[in-house]
Amino acid sequence: MTDDRSTRRAFLAHGSVLAGAALLTGTPGLLRPAQAQGLAPTPTMPGGANNYIPGAPVVSRIGGGGFWMTGTVRRAGDGAPLPGVRIQIWAHTTEGRENDAHSHGATLTGADGTFRLEMPQIIPAFGQAHGHLAYEGNGFKTVFLRPVMARSRDTSLSAHFVLQPV
Amino acid sequence: MAVPIALAAGSPLLAWRDGVYVASSFAGMLALALLLVQPLLAGGYLPALQARRGRRVHGWLGAALVTLILLHVAGLWLTSAPDVIDALLFASPTPFSAWGVVAMWAAFAAAALAALRARIRLAPKVWRLSHTALAVVVVSGSVVHAWLVDGTMEPLSKAAFCLLVLLATAKVILDLRAWTLMARTRRSADRR
Repeated sequence: MTDDRSTRRAFLAHGSVLAGAALLTGTPGLLRPAQAQGLAPTPTMPGGANNYIPGAPVVSRIGGGGFWMTGTVRRAGDGAPLPGVRIQIWAHTTEGRENDAHSHGATLTGADGTFRLEMPQIIPAFGQAHGHLAYEGNGFKTVFLRPVMARSRDTSLSAHFVLQPV
Repeated sequence: MAVPIALAAGSPLLAWRDGVYVASSFAGMLALALLLVQPLLAGGYLPALQARRGRRVHGWLGAALVTLILLHVAGLWLTSAPDVIDALLFASPTPFSAWGVVAMWAAFAAAALAALRARIRLAPKVWRLSHTALAVVVVSGSVVHAWLVDGTMEPLSKAAFCLLVLLATAKVILDLRAWTLMARTRRSADRR
């Protein structure tokens, strides 16, 4: 996170030099690349919302655990980490199907914008070992993610949100 | 044919799937298994089932194939409807589902042609070309679909079986020279 910030600062300094140059030379085209480098929001993935159950409770662990879902939540544009954001997680696991209520649980991001929730082992279903995550809240546009595990025997999976303020 | 299905029956994944999901998986595998028998029957390579008898069994198994595909899709629908809707609309994040859906429609079309062939008085050459072309789509689509799925089938036996299906289909099409019906008929007539 600290690394991210210093990089951003360096970028901003660089960007303002460019902007200054643009003002001096009077070529507005130069401004565009500087703006485009703001952190872009994460788009919803195809199929990400499948079997979503709105408002699943915040839990300390889904079922018996043994598998970790981790990730980060940041704000689009400046990339600031977002604390206290509610992320819902669900998957087809050793303990149930995607559309079983007990396969769903939510967690909140910490002060550094990261989250991690223990859940049962994800197993391949519908041809791929994959998980589902949803951002649930009001301040940002809804995003559904559907990360795929590199190997179905993996015991963790991560997904990263960059949220667009509304 | 029994080997890949027997190995799939021993898959640890089955413990974490309910009956409907398991049944739909095996309906898909049986449908794939039929794709090895169908070209062999069409080509008359099974000694007990040649010529007209073989063709009749080919027709029955074609109807069985359509039934198995319907059971496969229905079982998946009951397991997770939104994933099946995505697949049918070609909006699925999993690339293999599109191959399966294309193969499904091709199988339905091939079966419909066979059923309506006499009624719509399809010219023999058109019938043969279209039924063969659809069969090629069914076989190639199904093989890619099955191969890309990470599921209950054991990878090695699945690959070997898929290869057999492809080889059998290719051999029958080449042997029957399915694309030159008229020329073939004329040649055999000359020989008589």
